[in-house]
Amino acid sequence: MIRARVTVTLKPGVLDPQGKAIEGALASLGFSGVDRARQGKVIDLELAGEDRDAARTKVEQMCEALLANTVVERYHIALMD
Amino acid sequence: MAMKSAVIVFPGSNREQDAARAIVLGGGAQPALVWHTETTLPAVDLVMLPGGFAHGDYLRAGAIAARSPVMEAVAAHARRGGFVLGVCNGFQVLTEARLLPGVLMRNAGLTFVCRATKVRVERPGPFTQMYRRKESVVFPVAHHDGNYRADAETLKRLEGEGRVVFRYEDNPNGSAGDIAGIANEKGNVVGLMPHPENAVDTIHVSRDGLGVFKSIAGAA
Repeated sequence: MIRARVTVTLKPGVLDPQGKAIEGALASLGFSGVDRARQGKVIDLELAGEDRDAARTKVEQMCEALLANTVVERYHIALMD
Repeated sequence: MAMKSAVIVFPGSNREQDAARAIVLGGGAQPALVWHTETTLPAVDLVMLPGGFAHGDYLRAGAIAARSPVMEAVAAHARRGGFVLGVCNGFQVLTEARLLPGVLMRNAGLTFVCRATKVRVERPGPFTQMYRRKESVVFPVAHHDGNYRADAETLKRLEGEGRVVFRYEDNPNGSAGDIAGIANEKGNVVGLMPHPENAVDTIHVSRDGLGVFKSIAGAA
């Protein structure tokens, strides 16, 4: 089994109202110096097989097909040990 | 002959009956309700994707619904020039299916917005031919993710090609360019966040939405 972690984040420049709300909440809790907060999501996958190259290719296809909306999001794939 | 139509039903759709009723009030025949697992559509003039929260808006609003088996048939209907109307969640599904450009993001104010909005009819065409040019109408909105976004080039193209069909006069969600609804290049696919199907009756905020359904029925 191969475990993969997909991190989906908004592309730079895309307005992130939720990130803005987090910034505001952190400031109101007294955490100063937070210049920016951006919210994304993490998707953990458990994949059958042991071929890591094939797994990465497959997860890339999953990202393009469903996991990220590449109009506004980008993705990062990490294969876990 | 009365316009034939299909209303697609996903798990979590909740305005399919309102959509069906508005289509009939607009002069269409009683629509077929088509479940999302179907791979074919009946022969229809209009396919409507209704409002709701398909698949609980999991992952992204409309993302999972856009990959439903039935959406292949909806895309084929659109390629043939058939009319497709997506309202609210249906609009989100159309963008996720790439039948319309851009994306609907979380409302700028972060809150779910449920109220009447003033909307200007910007584009004459098969979905709006019953309205006067630049007519101002009242449609309700009810959504959390209605903040229309697209890259600068896409926005410029939408504006330049006159593909903004509806524009907010009191933007409730932060949408770029106050965009409430857009059309594809051919003009046969339209999506909008406000609910014309919930503005068709004397108990509604207005009856301004009837024009959309009469327009399509007249064009079909």
